[in-house]
Amino acid sequence: MKWPLSLCVGFLLFAFFAMAALLSFVWTPHDHAAMAIDARMQGPGPNHWLGTDHFGRDILSMVMVGARTSIAVAVIAVGIGILAGVPLGLLAAANRGGLVDEIVMRGNDLVFAFPSLVIAILITAVFGPSAVNAIIAIGIFNIPVFARVARGAALPLWTLDYVLAARVAGKGKLRISFEHVLTNIANILIVQGTIQFSLGVLAEAALSYVGLGAQPPTPSWGRMLADSQTMIALAPHMAIFPGLAIVFTVLGLNLVGDGLRDLLDPKLRRAR
Amino acid sequence: MVPRQARCAKALRVTLLRVAGLHVDIHGRPILRGVHVEMPEGGVFGLVGESGSGKSMTALALMGLMPAGARATGTAEFDGQNLLTLDEQRLRSLRGNELGMIFQEPMTALNPLQTIGDQVAETLLIHGAVGRREARAVARETLNRVGLDASRFALERYPHELSGGQRQRVSIAMAIALRPRLLIADEPTTALDVTTQAGILELLRALVDSEGMGLLLITHDLAVVAEMAAHVAVMQEGRIVEAGPTEELFRTRSHAYTKTLFAASEYTRARTSREVRETVLRVQAATRDHRLPRNNLFSPPGRLRAVDQVSLEVRRGESVGLVGESVCGKSTLSRAILGLETLQGGAIEIGGSPVLAPRVPADLRRRMQVVFQDPFGSFNPRHRVCRLIAEPFHLTGRPEDAEVRIDQVLADVGLSSRDKHKYIHEFSGGQRQRIAIARALITRPDLIVLDEAVSALDVRVRAQVLDLLADLQETYGLSYLFISHDLSVVRAVTDRVLVMQAGRIVESGPTGEVFADPAHPYTKALIHAVPRIPDAWRA
Repeated sequence: MKWPLSLCVGFLLFAFFAMAALLSFVWTPHDHAAMAIDARMQGPGPNHWLGTDHFGRDILSMVMVGARTSIAVAVIAVGIGILAGVPLGLLAAANRGGLVDEIVMRGNDLVFAFPSLVIAILITAVFGPSAVNAIIAIGIFNIPVFARVARGAALPLWTLDYVLAARVAGKGKLRISFEHVLTNIANILIVQGTIQFSLGVLAEAALSYVGLGAQPPTPSWGRMLADSQTMIALAPHMAIFPGLAIVFTVLGLNLVGDGLRDLLDPKLRRAR
Repeated sequence: MVPRQARCAKALRVTLLRVAGLHVDIHGRPILRGVHVEMPEGGVFGLVGESGSGKSMTALALMGLMPAGARATGTAEFDGQNLLTLDEQRLRSLRGNELGMIFQEPMTALNPLQTIGDQVAETLLIHGAVGRREARAVARETLNRVGLDASRFALERYPHELSGGQRQRVSIAMAIALRPRLLIADEPTTALDVTTQAGILELLRALVDSEGMGLLLITHDLAVVAEMAAHVAVMQEGRIVEAGPTEELFRTRSHAYTKTLFAASEYTRARTSREVRETVLRVQAATRDHRLPRNNLFSPPGRLRAVDQVSLEVRRGESVGLVGESVCGKSTLSRAILGLETLQGGAIEIGGSPVLAPRVPADLRRRMQVVFQDPFGSFNPRHRVCRLIAEPFHLTGRPEDAEVRIDQVLADVGLSSRDKHKYIHEFSGGQRQRIAIARALITRPDLIVLDEAVSALDVRVRAQVLDLLADLQETYGLSYLFISHDLSVVRAVTDRVLVMQAGRIVESGPTGEVFADPAHPYTKALIHAVPRIPDAWRA
């Protein structure tokens, strides 16, 4: 199977930041938390490749460690969405038209009715700003997304003859849902997962920008942007590099999502 | 409209379309390998063949509508020009104007968001034949010609308000609005019920007669060709293997492929008469309602009686046919028998034990299995054959000798034990239906419900599968409930037959007697509507 171009490009972009995050566990050019006031706001140079911030911290090291935070928060939030949302969606599809379906889908509508970021801010404001609370806040809003996608993809499968055949073989709704339905909607869920991943990265950046994400000294891309805001005229590199990191990670993940859709969707594959 | 001058030439039998040496390949894979067709002006020309023989591709090549990557060589001379070398602009002015086309699927051939009047008028407007107001008048007149009169089928109606047969009439109206000289109909009645099919075929024949239009009728059904076409060509693997006047070709059947095609379509199998044995399935006064959506918030939801007081019995080793047109309730009944739908009234018993859906004991479910129509949708594409076939073991618990039994049923249906490690997409339609039968056999059931089990298969494959089913019945003493809309197959393979209409059984009896001397008017209409090859033409 040939990989679509968007998948290759997106994968390379994302892999670059993922590698940087992994590398930061064992090596960073400087200690990301070490301040050096005399070397503050230096532009990119041989000692600090991407320059230093207003406390003299090395921006490259902070971006690398920040990638860790961004990716971890997004992965866990997507994980919460999949683990809770997909079973709910499968349950709703298995009982389509029934009371359970109504309850699950109206519950979804309820969550969708609130602007997600505002509620995330509310949650972190109530429970205190931290990376864990950011994860929970973003994760909750992923649940209805996956529930809807799973239900929508599962509904047509329930009318197919192989599901009927499984019912004739005496299999119950739960078993059919996991054995026949889930395996055949997995591709759609993977694509949706990638898109939600990129939205998670954005949401984490947004939360930490307003100071409700990971707390100092743990660096995060969003807070680096917030810190640089007042100094943007003096030291534009402080904003540019974390900004580029966010843009390219999100772009990469979106391209991966697009590419995976092309690769996994049999209808599109035939059209190509 | 004044008939064109060309119509006067009808009596001279001018050649309307001459296709010579038509080759088509898609990405280098040959699809058509030298098709020769000579079609006289006026009259019906039949093109028969099995699926994959290239008959649809021939039509698409003529219309210049081939899929991407396809390349056509050869000549297709129509009206003094070679259709294959015309540019898109010129082809567009021919399509809908001189060349009309009707497709198989009436459900998707119309735009659901446009009224039928607009869709018929569109053809006229695109070709700039008339102004907007006049186009609507012509659309009205065309719809009248296809039997959709103004009182019931206003131009403002939408496709979803019409039945399948009526939609097909709208498609025909779109195709004939500009009175094309050549109308290509690709399986125009395959998706329709037999009585609807009879109406559409009659309409097409009347249009050909009254307008002097040439009809290229593409079908897999030899009987349809026998009733409709004056000339016929038989296609196999991208070639025309035999062509000629219909009656002559049907009588002589000189080519070996034509012979096998006819033999398969005239499938019969002598049924050994058996002594009366115990009842396997008993359905008593079964009734099942479907809830309809509410018309408004406060009225109670309407109800549709899908199955109404149906009683039937199937004995061991017996084949019982259940025939009827779409939405007559036969699918609902079969699901109720399989314990997938609850009944509102009546009772279903398998071997004396009641089937009370949805909680049917595993041992009872084991005794009835099913084979569905669609060879493509019947299997989870992500499982291997051994897992697909073994699925009903869920009812019995996986026995010690599971592998042996899987090999055994595969051998029973004529497949090898090597096949069990393959995925379903590696098999053809006929092989998949064999795998579906294997899956039904593995629990050693008493009754197999064959829900249109051979309807999607080509005639030759269908004959093989029917033979297989008959052999298995003799070996294992199976009972079949054979649900089908195809009367000729039901006639060939069943002992008794039940005719269902609007949820009720209107007639039942031994198959031979019911077909020879139908009592109920609906049965008579059904049997009368089935196209048939005249007995005198048979060898």
